[in-house]
Amino acid sequence: MNLPLAFFGGVDPWIFTFSFITVAVTLWMGFRSAKTSKTASDFFVAGRSVSVGWNASAISGEYLSAASFMGVAGMVMSSGYDALWYPVCYACGYLFLLLFIAGPLRRFGAYTIPDFAEGRFDSPMFRKIAVCFVLFIGFFYTMPQMKGAGVTLAYIFPGLPYWVGVVLVGAVITLNVALGGMKGITLVQAVQYWIKLFAITVPVFVLMAVVGFYNGQIGANLAPGETAPTAAAAQASANSSAGIERKPLVAKAPADTAWIAPFGPLTTKAVNAAAAALPPEQRAAFLDEHQKPYSLVYTYSLIIALVCGTAGLPHILVRFYTNPDGVAAKKTTMWVMILIGVFYVFPPVFGVIGRNLMPELYSGVGAKGTDKVVLELPTLISAKYGVVGSILSGITCAGAFAAFMSTFSGLLVSMTGALAHDVYGRMLRPKSSSAERMVAFKISAILIGGVAVTLGCFVEPLEINFMVGQAFAIAAASYFPLLFMSVWWRGMTMKGAATGMLTGGLCALGAAALTNLGTLALDKGPMGKIFASFAPLNGYWAEHPLLRILCEQPAIWSVPLAITLMIVVSKATSTQVPADIRMKMLVLHAPEKLGLKQEYIQDHQAGAGH
Amino acid sequence: MSSPTPNHDDVVHSEPFLRSLMRRQLALSIACAATFLVALLGLPLLNYFAPAFMATRVAGFTLSWLILGVLFFPFVWIISYIFIKRSLRLEEAEVQQLRR
Repeated sequence: MNLPLAFFGGVDPWIFTFSFITVAVTLWMGFRSAKTSKTASDFFVAGRSVSVGWNASAISGEYLSAASFMGVAGMVMSSGYDALWYPVCYACGYLFLLLFIAGPLRRFGAYTIPDFAEGRFDSPMFRKIAVCFVLFIGFFYTMPQMKGAGVTLAYIFPGLPYWVGVVLVGAVITLNVALGGMKGITLVQAVQYWIKLFAITVPVFVLMAVVGFYNGQIGANLAPGETAPTAAAAQASANSSAGIERKPLVAKAPADTAWIAPFGPLTTKAVNAAAAALPPEQRAAFLDEHQKPYSLVYTYSLIIALVCGTAGLPHILVRFYTNPDGVAAKKTTMWVMILIGVFYVFPPVFGVIGRNLMPELYSGVGAKGTDKVVLELPTLISAKYGVVGSILSGITCAGAFAAFMSTFSGLLVSMTGALAHDVYGRMLRPKSSSAERMVAFKISAILIGGVAVTLGCFVEPLEINFMVGQAFAIAAASYFPLLFMSVWWRGMTMKGAATGMLTGGLCALGAAALTNLGTLALDKGPMGKIFASFAPLNGYWAEHPLLRILCEQPAIWSVPLAITLMIVVSKATSTQVPADIRMKMLVLHAPEKLGLKQEYIQDHQAGAGH
Repeated sequence: MSSPTPNHDDVVHSEPFLRSLMRRQLALSIACAATFLVALLGLPLLNYFAPAFMATRVAGFTLSWLILGVLFFPFVWIISYIFIKRSLRLEEAEVQQLRR
């Protein structure tokens, strides 16, 4: 390679090659399909003609983000059992989507969620509110993807500053989306799902064959109530052939019993911080009384956020419109659950092995911490098998690239769609031609890509997986109640829907932002100085740990709040239920074979945005 | 309530049809969701009230880890498979009922 050697000093050629190939293939496919993306419909919903297999792979490819690929492993390593709720609920949330939302939403037929919001309530005003939340949720979701990009590039090119990776990857993907639109990325994302599955399974199986299997690796950690010999016996029975070796844990790592058992470091952080602020003699009693109940609250709130949030993510929902009909939408959802479920078994394995064999990562911060365990772990076997370790590490890096590139492009498409289709096409210039809208799409893509990159540069100290959880919490309190209630309750009015969605969503947004500001204020690097004025927040939370938990995981109160407001306000304004509500409900729920949809469109030529 | 669409006397556009349509589909969805929620929300309770039992070793895993980290995924696939089968059958029945 003719590139400057100084810059490539510590670069492993295998890792670089695999990553480079992934990026190059992604771009090539994007450009290639850009040539076939001709109409506005191609750009926004891929011509509504994507088959179940392709669409399920594409949704899975889009969904498995940097948080799934790197964040879950990192969080299982740093927090243990409690972090398992993330992969499980990421996958199982689709069940709610399948049971209550997928079929009816597709039948209604619209380009985007704001289209649905306007069509269901005959209210252009409501479209504007809905658009705001596409952007809120989208930006919260892009931040962790950008961190994934920064961490991965900093790993491939040691010495490269974090922000360079963010800017580089952000610019490349933005260009790709601006050229290809939705049809371009459907193909790319479908392929990227299979790259990611390959990139996580192959290294995991090779690693487990060398260092010991999943169950044995967990068995090496003491559960509460076990003494060292018991664990050793369990370990011996589980791995008669390969003994599990462990490296000594560093000081910052959680102890075995706290790590392997529920209600560990993730859910007890706030209570522990509160206890640390008390005089030493009161600490034990305080922990005894509050630690477990508060952890239970945290766990439930997390579950609600992730399960309901999955059913309300705009960039996933927009993909259901690319199905040919409601039946295909349901089948697609089931296949997505299978595809991502298979994937999610594996990232925790990296976390577990990482805890036993790479404990030095516990001492790292930001881009050097546990979030990079997936990338670095395969190099463990380099000592024994030489170049194989580098090749495997290259494969996981390629997977990481596929992960944040596909999710970021999906988010970019949905946010750009909101801006170009809803804001420009519907609000600013309703009479614009198809060609003008495509230009608007490209300009919006560049605008949003720029903002996402800027935000991404600030979030190095925050955990990838945690940030994604926040995006889910906002979606859970805004879009999920909106969709769920307006699909199943005909008494819903625009005012009820808007009040509930705005209040719930903004509360969750505010809570998430406060939590992040508090965490950034604690950072020892440059971010800590920028956000230093928020330090008193942490002092307040140390006195009120329950408030801190409710702020960090707002779903437990914000979702019921949103639904209650929707019901109460809709009842109060019940005269404003749309006049043709029965027809709307029929279109949502009647099987396509009855042909009600065509009838509805003919009746409402100027109506619901078709 | 006067409706803007003409020809509303037939069965498809009648109030009872819409009601039965939504009720049957919602009943199926709620039954599936309830099965799922009992497992999902029950697991933290088990962890809370029976920590020693949930820490039992099963082939190296703790019981709780095995359930959450491995067994939960197939469980959800089964629910979704049953739901799809029944819901498609329901749609077919609705269409047949009207054609008759």
